[in-house]
Amino acid sequence: MSAVLDHHGDHAHDHAHDHPSGWRRWLFATNHKDIGTMYLWFSFTMLIVGGINALLLRTELFQPGLQILQPEFFNQLTTMHGLIMVFGAIMPAFVGFANWQIPLMIGASDMAFARMNNFSFWLLPVAAALLVVSYLVPGGATAAGWTLYAPLSVQMGPGMDLAIFAVHIMGASSIMGSINIITTILNMRAPGMTMMKMPMFVWTWLITAYLLIAVMPVLAGAITMVLTDRHFGTSFFNAAGGGDPVMYQHIFWFFGHPEVYIMILPAFGIASEVIPTFARKRLFGYSSMVYATASIAILSFIVWAHHMFTTGMPVTGQLFFMYATMLIAVPTGVKIFNWTATMWRGSMTFETPMLFAIGFIFVFTIGGFTGIVLAVAPLDIQLHDTYYVVAHFHYVLVAGSLFALFAGTYYWIPKWTGHMYDERLGKWHFWMSMITFNITFFPMHFLGLAGMPRRYADYPMQFADFNAVVTIGAFGFGLSQLIFLWAVVKCIRGGAKATDKVWESAHGLEWTVPSPAPFHTFETPPVVK
Amino acid sequence: MGRMNMKRMADALAVASLGGWATIAAAVSDMPGGPKVNQLNLTAPVTRIAEDQHWIHWFLIWVCLAIFFAVFGVMFYSVWKHRKSRGHAPAEFHESTTVEIAWTVVPFLIVVGMALPATRMVVEQKDTSNADVTVKATGYQWKWGYDYVKGDGEGISFLSTLSTPRDQIEDRNYPDAKARREQNPTYLMEVDNALVVPVNRKIRVVVTANDVIHSWMVPSFGVKQDAIPGFVRDTWFRAEKVGVFRGQCAELCGKDHAFMPIVVDVRSEADYRKWVDEKRKEMLAKAEDPTKEWQLADLQARGEKVYAANCVACHQANGKGVSGAFPALDGSKLVLGKQDGQIDIVLKGKPGTAMASFKQLSDVELAAVLTYTRNAWGNKAEDNIVQPAEVLAARK
Repeated sequence: MSAVLDHHGDHAHDHAHDHPSGWRRWLFATNHKDIGTMYLWFSFTMLIVGGINALLLRTELFQPGLQILQPEFFNQLTTMHGLIMVFGAIMPAFVGFANWQIPLMIGASDMAFARMNNFSFWLLPVAAALLVVSYLVPGGATAAGWTLYAPLSVQMGPGMDLAIFAVHIMGASSIMGSINIITTILNMRAPGMTMMKMPMFVWTWLITAYLLIAVMPVLAGAITMVLTDRHFGTSFFNAAGGGDPVMYQHIFWFFGHPEVYIMILPAFGIASEVIPTFARKRLFGYSSMVYATASIAILSFIVWAHHMFTTGMPVTGQLFFMYATMLIAVPTGVKIFNWTATMWRGSMTFETPMLFAIGFIFVFTIGGFTGIVLAVAPLDIQLHDTYYVVAHFHYVLVAGSLFALFAGTYYWIPKWTGHMYDERLGKWHFWMSMITFNITFFPMHFLGLAGMPRRYADYPMQFADFNAVVTIGAFGFGLSQLIFLWAVVKCIRGGAKATDKVWESAHGLEWTVPSPAPFHTFETPPVVK
Repeated sequence: MGRMNMKRMADALAVASLGGWATIAAAVSDMPGGPKVNQLNLTAPVTRIAEDQHWIHWFLIWVCLAIFFAVFGVMFYSVWKHRKSRGHAPAEFHESTTVEIAWTVVPFLIVVGMALPATRMVVEQKDTSNADVTVKATGYQWKWGYDYVKGDGEGISFLSTLSTPRDQIEDRNYPDAKARREQNPTYLMEVDNALVVPVNRKIRVVVTANDVIHSWMVPSFGVKQDAIPGFVRDTWFRAEKVGVFRGQCAELCGKDHAFMPIVVDVRSEADYRKWVDEKRKEMLAKAEDPTKEWQLADLQARGEKVYAANCVACHQANGKGVSGAFPALDGSKLVLGKQDGQIDIVLKGKPGTAMASFKQLSDVELAAVLTYTRNAWGNKAEDNIVQPAEVLAARK
């Protein structure tokens, strides 16, 4: 994206020392904007790869029977779709936003550790290559589900080992990225910017970064135990050797539940930036937003076993995890109410970022309600591992995280490229995504209620119609993302010149620098009053 | 103009999806004891637990819908009224402690209101005491095994395997598969031997697994319990209606995860007793003497059936396996070599692979299937016969 900086902004060269050009600029990048750009392109590429996985398996599921895929390959696709989307698309995209925006929003000249920043990015293509190549090894990619439950994951072929290494590398990348983000936020804010004056996006990322540092090592531990069970004769998860398969689930979900908040908190941050701008009104309840985010993060550590209600927990265990999970609805509700109050009696306009932000609240809330339904343990017994769960987490992850990422992209892309995006394309992208998303995922609620288990290559005839609708919707949703690619490429190549402030009512330091943002910004820290 | 196009697009999508709907729905009927065509809600309950689940689901839906309409009513009113194009000027307010405390406390109270009835249900669901009949369900890749361990029918045990033939499933190998499965309302949710239980009696199901984690689920009973290898967990149900009820494996367990259904046949007390007597007689007749010397042809014929029920999913009907995942038996050194090696692998399985132990099969069945593989396809083993006595000896 910011390759265009060279051609357009003459002010990009207003510095005494030069920076490498050509491929060196990217391989040896230490500039937060270049690294942010690479993160964003990488995650978009993985979104496409993960999306192709999804469309292949949806094609098989278009009608009952086995037409194009063998069940073992089908399982590989579901597994890789999950791994690629979580670790390759959503997480790196948020890190890309953090790289671009955090220094600009807190008035820092760059990220704290510029070379580590480079390393944490370049680990990702290596990890992605391991994942994708694992399709080609004997036995194919891992087919144990993205949760990699033992002992099924112990049974897998060498594709599993590649996946374990890939996840390790991505974990290392995330931890380094988080250290960088925390250090930058805590130490490099412009004079006068106290913690409680930080933009919400910065707050949410600060909290997310702590979550990442806390849980990525836990995941690393879990998959390392799988690795040693597979190759070195340990029995962590093998009952015959004194281990326990359910222990894997406890460890995995101790990572896994904070992980879902890692993927949604920065999305909350983006929505909290976009909505006040287009409502032309300050964010309602700033401090309660901060407290709500922190509460969600803390609660996320004590709810993990709600993913395991059917493993056969004691009554007290079920009750504790049910209550704790339902409690999360309270701070999450506060956020929804605050956004609504921000819009209330504002002076709203509905450019694409605002559409995606409102769309985000709308569909995310539906996902939140199904989350409450699933939290109720006695009912979860019916819904666990059915399509209801698939519908639920796509409502919060696709319509939640991904829609917020789109909102953020349209919101800040004029600052990144110096051009306004094509509003008509943006609106098309929003409406097509919104409609096809719901065609894809809403019928899954019905399938799940009727008892269709997830990760099934074939299903009873009675589920045929909804599955056909879902597949049609999925292709529509996939194709809609090409509109996004088109809008972004068009915006990079040209378009109306963006002003420094870009949006009429935009507030924050990022809007005080020129558009496109020059290669180096805030070498002299601004003063925040 | 953009809006017109969008509307036309949406219409086209709706027509396309509804069109598909009509054609498929017309061809199939509801599954007895399983899902209805395009079922929208939970499966019709036949136990108290499942009834409670229906109730709490509706309760949650109504509460959520009320909140949904309240919140988005306000938001969309605002979107409609407070827009710049209508000349609405922005207000200045941006906090209110009272309001914020209110919308923290009220949701908390709503959540407590939801948790109360749920608590009672959790306690009820977990109470597996005082069962009339106890059955052990064991998950295998990819079938279920049932052992009646306590109560009427004690001692009965059998395997329960998908009975939908492959010629209804695999369109690639059977061009008319689609036409066949459209005639089959219980497609993928039918088995050779159903679990038979008496009506109105408390059935405790002890669930475990042999290889990886499976999950035993019957939606009509409101029951789902993971089957964990090496551990036993339990659940229970008391069916209040006579009939056949169906479910499927709910935890990803490898290749044929979608092909190991659960069928429970609920019978009246008298019919259940009758079934127990018949099953007992059948088992007596089947208890073959493992020391009897068998003829090659008899073992081969028997072995072909055992192979079709237990081995074909991985090693395939042509014995070629699946490259990279499941080894070929046709031409395999192990199959063509001494009997001990092959007996050992079917009794113990191969750790770290999908090859599980098959020690739950009888000596005759194992001897038969081994003999079959030694003579089938291109195989002509020197030691072409395995006698049940050899398997029996290896078990010790």
